[in-house]
Amino acid sequence: MAVKNKNGGQTGNGRKLPAVKRTPSRFRNPIGKYKIRRGPQCIACGKCAELCPEGVHVKAGGKMAKPQDFYCLGFSCKNNPFYCIDKCPVNALRLVENPLCETLGDYRWTSDLLISTWYMAETGDVPRADIEYRIGNSNGGFDKLRLNFPDKMPEPEIPDHEISTAIDLNRSNDSRPRVTIQLPFYGGGMSFGSVSISTMVSRAQAATAWDTFGCTGEGGYPEHLIPYDDHMITQVATGLFGVREQTVQRVRIVEFKYAQGAKPGLGGHLLGDKVTPGVAKMREAVVGNALFSPFPFHSVYSVEDHKKHVDWIKEINPQALVSVKVSTPTDVDMVAVGIFYAGAHIIHLDGSYGGTGAAPDIAKKNIAMPIEYAIPKVHRFLKEEGIRDRITLIASGGLRTAHDVAKAIALGADGVVIGTADMVALECVRCHNCESGRGCARGIASTDPRLSELITIEWGAQRISNLYAAWHKQLVQILRNFGMRSIKELVGRTDCLYHLDYQQEKDESKRAAGGGN
Amino acid sequence: MPKKYHIDFKPTLPRYTPMGKSGIVDFREGCQRCGQCAKKACVYNVYDKRCFDSGQMTDSIDYLCKNCFRCVQSCKKGLLNKSVNPEYVKMGDEYWTPEIISTNWTQAETGKIPVSGAGYGGPFSGPGFDSMWTDMSEIVRPTRDGIHGREYINTSVDIGKKLAMLKFNEQGALESPLPPLIELPIPIIMGFPPFGHVSEKVRIAMAMAAEKLGTFLLVRAEDYHDSLAPYKKYLVPQVSQESYAQFKDKIAGHRAIEFLYSKGIEGLSKEFKQNFPDIIVFIKVPLDGKEVEITEELACGGAEVIHLHADDHGNEIGKTNPRFIKDMVRRVHLRLVEICLRDQITLVASGGIAMAEHVAKGIICGADAVVMDIALLIALECRLCKNCEKHRPCPVTIDSIEPSWGSQRIMNLMSAWRNQLLEVLGAMGIREVRRIRGEVGRSMFFEELEADVFGSLFGEKI
Repeated sequence: MAVKNKNGGQTGNGRKLPAVKRTPSRFRNPIGKYKIRRGPQCIACGKCAELCPEGVHVKAGGKMAKPQDFYCLGFSCKNNPFYCIDKCPVNALRLVENPLCETLGDYRWTSDLLISTWYMAETGDVPRADIEYRIGNSNGGFDKLRLNFPDKMPEPEIPDHEISTAIDLNRSNDSRPRVTIQLPFYGGGMSFGSVSISTMVSRAQAATAWDTFGCTGEGGYPEHLIPYDDHMITQVATGLFGVREQTVQRVRIVEFKYAQGAKPGLGGHLLGDKVTPGVAKMREAVVGNALFSPFPFHSVYSVEDHKKHVDWIKEINPQALVSVKVSTPTDVDMVAVGIFYAGAHIIHLDGSYGGTGAAPDIAKKNIAMPIEYAIPKVHRFLKEEGIRDRITLIASGGLRTAHDVAKAIALGADGVVIGTADMVALECVRCHNCESGRGCARGIASTDPRLSELITIEWGAQRISNLYAAWHKQLVQILRNFGMRSIKELVGRTDCLYHLDYQQEKDESKRAAGGGN
Repeated sequence: MPKKYHIDFKPTLPRYTPMGKSGIVDFREGCQRCGQCAKKACVYNVYDKRCFDSGQMTDSIDYLCKNCFRCVQSCKKGLLNKSVNPEYVKMGDEYWTPEIISTNWTQAETGKIPVSGAGYGGPFSGPGFDSMWTDMSEIVRPTRDGIHGREYINTSVDIGKKLAMLKFNEQGALESPLPPLIELPIPIIMGFPPFGHVSEKVRIAMAMAAEKLGTFLLVRAEDYHDSLAPYKKYLVPQVSQESYAQFKDKIAGHRAIEFLYSKGIEGLSKEFKQNFPDIIVFIKVPLDGKEVEITEELACGGAEVIHLHADDHGNEIGKTNPRFIKDMVRRVHLRLVEICLRDQITLVASGGIAMAEHVAKGIICGADAVVMDIALLIALECRLCKNCEKHRPCPVTIDSIEPSWGSQRIMNLMSAWRNQLLEVLGAMGIREVRRIRGEVGRSMFFEELEADVFGSLFGEKI
């Protein structure tokens, strides 16, 4: 799908979009899908450098530099007049798929998804190479759902600046502010302790630039985040780590974390190694001692108790919206209704396949229902109860791409929360070792002073902002294809989706095309 | 208050370098010896610990590398690369996957449950046990915090026959004769694996572990050697109608025996109970399509324990289009519920129990307890190469293990499995493993969720 940009960078309500600034990888050898091998017969004539519009080949002095092959368009470039492999006068160049990709990624985040997300974080645009940037390979859920675009582009084409991706977070008509965010997604909670300050501030800056939200997670409210108060959600979780009156009063949204998708039904666990002096101070704990958050809230054993909780926050901060984050048990629809009647503004469903924090593998794989089932279940139930219009339904748990966002919304969510995608923008390779030893070897999810130096806030914030820019562009294009002017029109439009495993009125040629939309 | 059950685990290193998923490939040509070698910066110091085992042709780095790609991405000349280890991919088969084997190895080494960050990376769902999810509690149903010991979750199960009612005489004294009933502290019975170089040392390692764990070990009559006699209390000899005669004089001292099902087994079982009323009789029934009627018949005849067994992959035996153990056990369980005999009889399920989650899922589908068999061999470093079946030497010389080392590895694995069971029970808010038996309402099945959610939105399934 070609993403067009014909507007001067404005959102649907005329707001200026944050600037995209090219922000390359921190590493000397970025990973791409393709590799170009330059043979010894190369005469350094520089023809390839002249030809390639992607900047793969660079002539430095009298020599050819190592190819920047992570920009390479790959085999799909073959028909282009600038295809270096065919044009090399001495046949010195060879194009192969990068064998490294076999060891990179997994079913949910394939190597293609990782590489394309890195590309978006660098350039603010979708990759031009033949890389699958919309779906993974999990063989179910989002990876089997497709956007059901009309065969013909709706006429006249709606210009970018008339398409809004903004959503309202307070739909309750109470006296509290109507908080609107410009993107249909915000950042999920990652505590100080689980991730570094640079990572937290990078996310907060990107959220602020895009007029959406970030979240403190449950490890307290580091003072580095105070400048971004208006764009932070603070979490009240079962451990109550770092929760104070000021932290609750400082923000526009307070989130109760009853459960999290990474480990539904289990409490948080910060391993002793990650409890550095800074973390211990914030959490009022002892350095080096593992910290457990209990499960559940030991003060909540009924919906009435839950209401008492919500009232308590509303009392302390009369302007705040209350979000309630729950996971997805069999009766998730009943839970959602209870949350509404207790007076929450946002129901945040966290499905079982997502999460960033350390969790037992058995929980990640087996406990609770995938978000793809939970969204339509809850959406339908809230509609039947006649309350769907008075609450904001936010989904998370394994949303990796802009297409996942659109699919989740079409299934019935108002918006989504993302976490891992932000981490991937910061060059996470999903090695899954966030919890061990000093934490993340790549400095993202680590509080080790030397490791967290690997990321500067300026770099991190721009990478995440670029990713958001790429997602925004894709969402605008998706809405335009459906002839919609606002993402709000897409909510619950399951007719805008089809599932590869199900018969539906859909022309066969599209189905045969498989991945295509 | 009775003492809490606890499995002692302690780190027990493997004897051979375990197979790693991928390794670093290092092209030496072109190295500039720049002095800032990316290898030195390894966060996990794997290059310092590196050793090559020329006998096994294994490089420790394949196992130690944690896939952070930092050295690959930092080497000044880009000389480091990663590639998949073909030996790893070749391990096991489509059911006993390399991932299952290696996660069990780690658990047998450390005794700890596998924990990782960054979400789940596997397929959305899959065949067999992968097509179901377990429930969790939220807000209105309290969960239990079992794993860290703050609340005690009981994993005991009762093996044997339970009476539907008790009779008392006019003086209030118990009149009903009580059949023997044994409480196992874990719902996992050990079973001799169907293959492997099961030497005397291996047998003793398994028996020692059974004793320390306080569970049963099912032993085939042909593997039953005198060296196992000290562990009698924990052994369940498996005999057929034919082999029973030779085994008769060894029976005293056991608490249970298992008869392999064949026509007329009920007669033998009745006769046996007259001679040994205190020994519990298991009857091993194959899951081959006739299991429901056979179990019903045995249950009506007063059977104590039925051991339903599938093949090594959890599949129906001898079928080209086999059903899976979870569905077959569910049917047997439901039939016993229908005829009001379920609570009186014990169901044990075996075949394809490869991971901790299979214990919980097997019990949810209706078993009281499940059997760990091939996983016992994996705890002893088995790579499932099945050289043993071809009479070739074992690459990890399982036959020559030290029994104490072997039993510790098995206990470690069992400890990790039990703790994972506690996680699942805790998340469901259940304090007793007995209470999830047959509780399919606290689980979700792929087919049902698909039909309920997607079926109603997207039409008929293709």
